[in-house]
Amino acid sequence: MLKIGKEQFNSRLFLGTGKYPDYDIQKKAVDVSETEVLTFSVRRMNIFDPDQPNFLEKIELNKYRFLPNTAGAKDAEEAVRIAKLANASGLCDMVKVEVIGCPKTLLPDPVETLKATEILLADGFTVLPYTSDDVVLARKLEELGAHAIMPGASPIGSGQGIINPLNLQFIIEQANVPVIVDAGIGSPKDAAYAMELGADGVLLNTAVSGARNPVQMAEAMKLAIEAGRLGYLAGRIDKKTYAVASSPEDGISVGG
Amino acid sequence: MGIIVNGESLELNQRIETVEDLLGHLQLKKKSLIVEHNQTILKMEQHDKAKVTEGDRFEIVHFVGGG
Repeated sequence: MLKIGKEQFNSRLFLGTGKYPDYDIQKKAVDVSETEVLTFSVRRMNIFDPDQPNFLEKIELNKYRFLPNTAGAKDAEEAVRIAKLANASGLCDMVKVEVIGCPKTLLPDPVETLKATEILLADGFTVLPYTSDDVVLARKLEELGAHAIMPGASPIGSGQGIINPLNLQFIIEQANVPVIVDAGIGSPKDAAYAMELGADGVLLNTAVSGARNPVQMAEAMKLAIEAGRLGYLAGRIDKKTYAVASSPEDGISVGG
Repeated sequence: MGIIVNGESLELNQRIETVEDLLGHLQLKKKSLIVEHNQTILKMEQHDKAKVTEGDRFEIVHFVGGG
């Protein structure tokens, strides 16, 4: 059971809701993923087209916890405003702090992320900051009181997978709050690897929504995260330089 | 009465007193949305109390897909 703040989850897959081919496919993908946490962004409504469909209308709201992000914020002040707007919906207490500091790499701004996290914690939010894989920054976010730490595996939407497993391992080892690997996951292998490293969960979006078959990929990610988690709990063997036979070396029956 | 909604100037001829009326006029009443009124974020239960006056600025936002 994964616990974040007051919330408890059976599923360790957090699923983004962006860029699916259509709502039907998205709904099926969400269903088979068995996720309990859906992320969203907050944007202006098109007031001249009130009948535009919205994914929230397609799902049973009480089946999920919503994790709005503050994507679009360039500093702490904007992130706090977006978080408060999301909270005023009455649909969520959690927020993913996301302050982008570089338009090309979409890497998070560490200083503004810290500031926003501090302000939102003081306001009573359940705060899950999206951060780089910087080990010291992750510790400082936890010291502020963040309810989970969400280090990126690689740049958002890049699908490059885990480019610095050592840093992730350090972040996971030192953390006393859940670590959710967020961003950059490309394939089920990456998700399983994150879980094998000891992550408490994985947040992904494009890896599913951009797959040739998003519904199939959603199931693959679910299974990969379960497999990675089980593997982590079971404890993998040490790596050795040379072969160690798995069949007995004596008692071999040789003719003559 | 002139107001600004999501950066667009709107001229209201109808009788609109509250934010609730404004949402009705824009046909947004049944939507999951959040209203910011002159930089103050409104809770749902404040929509029928907040008064709309000349020159007010509104941001009407909602949840969209994102990761």
